[in-house]
Amino acid sequence: MKKKVRTMRTPLFDRIFKPKRITLPNGHTVLRPRSRQPLIWALLILAVAVSVSMTEFNPAILVARAHQFTVILAKIFHPDFSYWVKVVDPLLDTIKMSIIGSFLGATLALPFAVIASTNINKNGVSVGVLRLLLNIIRTLPTLVIAKIFALVFGLGTFAGTVAILVFTFGVISKMLYESIETIDMGAYEAMESAGASKFQAFWSSCFKQILPTYLSYCLYSLEMNIRAAAILGYVGAGGLGLLIDERIGWRDYNSLGMLLLMLFVVVLIIENVSQYLRKKLS
Amino acid sequence: MENRQTQNRAQHNYEVLETYLTRPQNWWMYTLIVLVVALILAWSSGSIQFKGIATKGADVAKGIGWGLTHPNVDLLLGRIGEDTTVKTVSLFGRELLKISTEGVPYLLLQTIAIAVLGTLIGGLLAVPFSFLACDRIVPKWVAFLVRAFILMIRTIPSLVWALVWIRVTGPNAFCGVVTQSICSIGMISKMYITAIEDLDTRILESLDASGCSSFQKIRYGILPQIIPNFISTVIYRFDINVKDATTLGIVGAGGIGAPLIQCITSSRWGMVGSYLVGMVILMMVIEFCSTRIRKKLARG
Repeated sequence: MKKKVRTMRTPLFDRIFKPKRITLPNGHTVLRPRSRQPLIWALLILAVAVSVSMTEFNPAILVARAHQFTVILAKIFHPDFSYWVKVVDPLLDTIKMSIIGSFLGATLALPFAVIASTNINKNGVSVGVLRLLLNIIRTLPTLVIAKIFALVFGLGTFAGTVAILVFTFGVISKMLYESIETIDMGAYEAMESAGASKFQAFWSSCFKQILPTYLSYCLYSLEMNIRAAAILGYVGAGGLGLLIDERIGWRDYNSLGMLLLMLFVVVLIIENVSQYLRKKLS
Repeated sequence: MENRQTQNRAQHNYEVLETYLTRPQNWWMYTLIVLVVALILAWSSGSIQFKGIATKGADVAKGIGWGLTHPNVDLLLGRIGEDTTVKTVSLFGRELLKISTEGVPYLLLQTIAIAVLGTLIGGLLAVPFSFLACDRIVPKWVAFLVRAFILMIRTIPSLVWALVWIRVTGPNAFCGVVTQSICSIGMISKMYITAIEDLDTRILESLDASGCSSFQKIRYGILPQIIPNFISTVIYRFDINVKDATTLGIVGAGGIGAPLIQCITSSRWGMVGSYLVGMVILMMVIEFCSTRIRKKLARG
């Protein structure tokens, strides 16, 4: 078998802007590549200039209308404490949605991540196709997925759960196949050469290596999902978002403040528990 | 001689087996964990109330499938028709290009523009915050206050921030920029703080020993350590912001989100298809580039 030899090609930049030739006192010459910084700065300034033109960026408005900024924030920071009764149920719905959605998504991600990792699956075509699909799933914003499922399954928590499932599935399978590719394959190869099937070999040699990472990814995505699930209701997928939408519609920002406060407490508790567990895992 | 070796080995194997059998068995802890997890899952499965597919649900699913395979090509390429509004992008007072405002390229460009400005401003604003939140530099109580402030910014969902800013800027892309600059502060400064805390201070001591001024110490001791980290963080956040910018559109803060959701609601599947196709391609390109740049930065 002929091995492909990859020679280092000169980068395009160095072929356009020729390196500087410096003659040392002892007669040797060395090449010093030109600095990339001017090019990077030029590109950055160009990008900013185009963006300013596209977004009609105008700091003067901020100064002129600054007094409007605090109108809503002031009300949010004076929460209406009696409102908590109405928040509890949707809040529990949101938590339920994100827990079960994360669990199902994470479980579903496991086999797909294994098939999509190049060191287990040697078939390049199937890996490529699967990764493309996973990428497409991951790039769709959660709110758009939720909107579509809310139309398909009707309004309610089920649509939100499915949206979180899909989102979690995309994120975890990507992170997982990347970490499967970094594991030590020695034990796997030894077991395969001793006659174990691919599944047996993976189960007893690789699975234990990735289990802590996998669990920590699951907890991490649970953390993210609670935040995400809170606004899913905005497009009709159940949970707190419905209430957020309604309160904003009524311009009842004091109640919104109470709602955000309770969400904040729940997120804080879950984040701390999950971070504690993740520290234990690693 | 050989006999004795075999005996020794057998003895050793027996010892290994014995230690293995008397290993600490905390099966009750595992059972407990499994029970707790099962309980939580059973409780939360209440959110799965499958009431069958909605009356129009099948149509929606079919429509999206059809839209993805038959995207509206005129829209996707942003062709200028007779009834499209045209916007000229000017650069330093000169006309750069003309694009139709309804086309996908314009909306995607606007989404990227929001993310570029939002991330840059957020990244710059996060620098003072993260230095002030680092208890190696400022007194502990200052660090605590700043951290609480950052946490507060992070807790308010971006949709609510967008509403707060809409009152100031009006519903346009500029609102998206301001919202993203504020929302980005939370995550960016969290990662900046880690970078600052990981600074290797021994370098500063050796620079001190060789008689450097404080400016030189910052220039050659601190900046080379921090800058790649900071840039990598900002690029990572840019990735997220492009995705978020599509969501912000839903409350009217510019970008591709608003027209997309409108088209889904009014079941114009061809348009939905072209928006989705454009978005997916854009995200994949951006993610590919950002991963490559960040890999380069990490390797130095």
